[in-house]
Parts: sequence; structure tokens; C-alpha cells
Amino acid sequence: MKHSKTDILFQIVNYALLVTFTFCCFYPFYYIFIYSLSDASEIAGNVSFAPVGLTLHNYTKIFELNDIGQAFLISLLRTITGTAITVFSCMLFSYLLTRKELVARKLMYRSVIITLYFNAGLIPWYLTMRMYGLKDNFLLYILPSAIVGFFVILIKTFIEEMPIVLQESAMIDGAGYFRIFRSVIFPLALPIAATIAVFQSVGHWNAWTDNFFLVRDPHLQTLQMILWDYLNEAEFLAERMRDMTSMGNVSRVEMSPETIKMTITMIATLPILVVYPMLQRYFVKGIMLGAVKG
Amino acid sequence: MKAGISRKMEWSLLLMAAPFILLVIAFNYVPLFGWVYAFYDYKPGIPLADTPFVGLKFFKLALEDGSELGNIIRNTLGISALSLLISPLPLILAILLSEVRSKLFKNIVQTITTLPHFISWVIVFSIMFSLFSNDGLVNQQLLNWGWIDQPSNPLSDSSIAWYVQTAISAWKTVGFSAIIYLAAIAGIDQEQYEAAKVDGAGRFRQILHITIPGSVQTYLVLLLLSVSNMLSNGFEQFFVFFNPMVSEKLEVLDYYVYRVGIQSADYAYSTALGIFKTIISIALLFTVNFISKRTRGNSIF
Repeated sequence: MKHSKTDILFQIVNYALLVTFTFCCFYPFYYIFIYSLSDASEIAGNVSFAPVGLTLHNYTKIFELNDIGQAFLISLLRTITGTAITVFSCMLFSYLLTRKELVARKLMYRSVIITLYFNAGLIPWYLTMRMYGLKDNFLLYILPSAIVGFFVILIKTFIEEMPIVLQESAMIDGAGYFRIFRSVIFPLALPIAATIAVFQSVGHWNAWTDNFFLVRDPHLQTLQMILWDYLNEAEFLAERMRDMTSMGNVSRVEMSPETIKMTITMIATLPILVVYPMLQRYFVKGIMLGAVKG
Repeated sequence: MKAGISRKMEWSLLLMAAPFILLVIAFNYVPLFGWVYAFYDYKPGIPLADTPFVGLKFFKLALEDGSELGNIIRNTLGISALSLLISPLPLILAILLSEVRSKLFKNIVQTITTLPHFISWVIVFSIMFSLFSNDGLVNQQLLNWGWIDQPSNPLSDSSIAWYVQTAISAWKTVGFSAIIYLAAIAGIDQEQYEAAKVDGAGRFRQILHITIPGSVQTYLVLLLLSVSNMLSNGFEQFFVFFNPMVSEKLEVLDYYVYRVGIQSADYAYSTALGIFKTIISIALLFTVNFISKRTRGNSIF
């Protein structure tokens, strides 16, 4: 195959641009990572390409702060239960919406679609949640997102493309709607269930505004919120850690406000990085489906 | 007999759907009743029934309030305009990626560049702060090399605040948004490229005459949708990057609704601003949809 000079030049520029952008996306994460593994007392000027005085001390130390461990659990619990509720609700509801004999089916579907294009605004939402008693309540994290309009569109389209024969033969066998959902629809719609599970779990892990507006209870804080608080109070926290050390705690290494920030940031990012390869597979699929629909 | 069964089944269906439709109503429609707060001089703690009805007072206030709201609208639209300006970037990234031969290289680039999409704004803030603050990596490194005499923090420089925030949101979203264009490009008929090669067109001309026309439809749809979202810059980004030095430039409508409503507990005024925003956004959506129908013969929703 022949390459003209401009083609070769184009490829060089192309690769250079891509490598630069990729580096810009990669290095910040790498920087946080190596900083969190560095020994605060040995960081003289800077950390740039490798950890300074490699240590896991920052991590063990951070988890001595009870609120981090607890917030981690709250975030995890929120992500798991919230995702389960969303997947189950959206799947079952979408299935019911595909049944032609459902009364007011079109009206229900439209009322779901409309929610994609407006919201009441911050204060009406805030007051309504308070009215429901969801202030300082774990349910605030998981109930409002049980039905997501966008997911309902995706799933409904997916189910409608399945051959109807499958449902009908099950119905002749005397299976009820829930039975059909459980043993025919759900197993066949598993790819779409996985896709929305991926989107929803990332959303839950990263969410913090509901926490910020409505949850003051220290036992219900999410990891993102705690991270935000610490980013703003790292100096104070470093002090507190020094006090803990001087009060007979044997570990001698100190933490600086920077290492504290970096370590908590890394803790909040790690779960995303760990499930990321799986994410990749499904979100590409999800976007394609969305694109076909949109 | 058959009718009897189906009646019973209809009921069981409706019964199963009921909890979900109730959830939709409770969390999406009931809050709309909160819009009445915009028409009362409501103060937290006093029941709405004992509150004077003030009609459109707060809407008028919003329009009269030239000094404060004027600046906020300017910031909101300015930042939105910048994001429209950079909206071709994901398309460009997708085109560059589609020109890469090596599958491995392509995968690596795609995996890494989509990563920022999946982290929260709090983490983005933490990362940017550690890189760009006065004690951050970039300043320290430049000082070490002697390229600058004193540190400067772009995150608290109000003269470039809009651009910095646009760059940060580009960093977060470009890789992810490119996926949809990659799908569009993958859908282009390969024979077109073969034919172009036969005609002696180089890579560059193939992009210009095949790839771009093949993906521009997708781009236009997304562009129109973002036009209808002009008033929503998002709360999270502007909350985390807000600081007194840049407040003049970064206070956008979503942030202002929060500041007025939650910080100052001025529920009525904040609700009025929210209504105003929703109505304009829906009007914009219908407008762009109409434009799309007229020019492309296709509605976008």
C-alpha cells in the first residue's frame, strides 16, 4: 500500500494529539495514586513520577478515622441497594408497560417520558422530600431514583423487540405476569439490565447533592460528602492526626493535609477503577442502544 | 368466561404497575405543587395558609433585579456558549481515533479518556486543586524549572474563570461523548472509502468528504439538545469550584437558585427562579425541535 507524504504527516500529528490527550487524562489519576503512597515526612519538593518513601501508612491511618470507614459502607450500601431497586423497578415496570391489556398504558408511559424534560426545581424538590420525611433518611438516597425515565425507554424498546411467542407459550402454560417476567423476560433482557446497573451504580457511588441538601445525620454521610468536607478541612484534620499520634499512638509518621486529601480522593476513586473494565463493556453497549433510540 | 379471566388479569396487571406509577408521581409530579411557593411571601416555619399571596411579585423582582440576575444570566449564557464552541471536540476525537490502525492503541486511548466521566465532581475538584493550586504540582514544577517567578492559580483567577471551567468540563466529558460519534462513524459504508481510495483521495480528503458528512447528523442533534440546555450549566461543577475570587464570574443560575433558596432560605424567590428556568428551557426545547423538523425533516424527540 502506498502512503503519500501528507498521509504520513497526518498520522504523526494524529498519534501525537491522541497520546497528549490520553496523558492528560491519565496522569492526574496517577499523580493522586503515587502521592497517596508517599511518606508525608519525606516529600520535600514534589512527587512526580514515583512515590516518595513508598508506604501504605496513609491508608491505614485514614481508616482509623471512623467516619471514613462508615461513609465507605454507606456509599457501598447505597450503591448496592439503590442499583438493585432501580434495576428491578425499571425492568418490571417497563415489562408491564409493554402489555397491551394494561389499563392507561399510554398515559403511564407518557407521564414517564415527560419527566425527562423538566424538573420542579431545587426548592420544591427539597420541600417535598422533607414533607415525605426523607430528611436524614437513608431512603432519600435510593427511592427517588427507583424509576428512571431514560432506562424505561431503553428497556421497553428492548422487550418489545423480543418475539412475543415466548410470552404467549408461557401464558398458555398458566404462568402469571410476574412469573413470566421472572423466568422469561428478565433472563432474556439481562444485557440491558447489566447496562443500566452499570450506569446506575456509578451514579450512586458519585452522588452527593442529596446528601448535601438533606442529610445532616453523621451516621448517614456518603464517602463523596466526607471527601468534600475533608478537602475543606484537611489542615484541621492533619492537626487531629498529629494529636492522635502524640496521644500514645505508636506510629511515628505524620500525614500532611495534602497526603490526607490525596488518600481520601484515591479511596473514593478506587472502586470506580476496579469495576472499570466491566463498565467499559456495558456502557458502550448502552450508549449504542440510546443512540439508536435517540 | 374468557372476558372474566382477562378482567381479573387486567386488575393484577394494574395492581403490579401501581407502586411504580405512584413512585413516578410522588417524585416527579408532586414537587410541582411546590411551585405555589413562588406566589406566596413564604417564610420557613409559617404555614403556607397563613402566608400572604403576592401573585407575581417574585417574578417581577427577578426581572427588576437587574444588577444581580443580569450578571448571573451573563455567566450562565457565557459558559454555555463556550461549551457550544467546544462541542465539536468529541467528534474530532472520534475521527482521530477512527484513523488509528492499531486496535490495542485505540482501546488504551478510549479506556483512559473515558475515565474522567466516571468520577464525581468532588474528585475532579480534588484532582484539579492538587495540580493547579499555588502549592500544586504544576506551579511547583514550573518554579523548579525557573519558568515562572511566582505561582499563579488558574482556579482562582477570575479573568479566565469561564475558560478554565470550560476546559475542565471538556477534560471530563470529551472522551465519553466521543463514543457516540465512534458508533456513527462505524456505521458509515466502507465501500465509500474504497471508492475514494480508487479515486486517489488521501486520508485527509477521505475524512473531509466521507467521515464528516457521515457523522454530522449526530452532531447536529446533540448540538440542538445542548442549545435547549443553555440555562443549565449544572450545579455540582460550579458548587465545587466556587470560591470568593471567582464568584463574580462563576455564579451561574443553578448555583444562584441554591444560594438564594438554601443558603438564604428565600424559598419563594428561589422557586420563582426555578420556574422561570424550567419554562424557558421547555420553550427552547420546542423551538430547537421545530427548527430541526423544518431543516432536517426530523424531530429530535
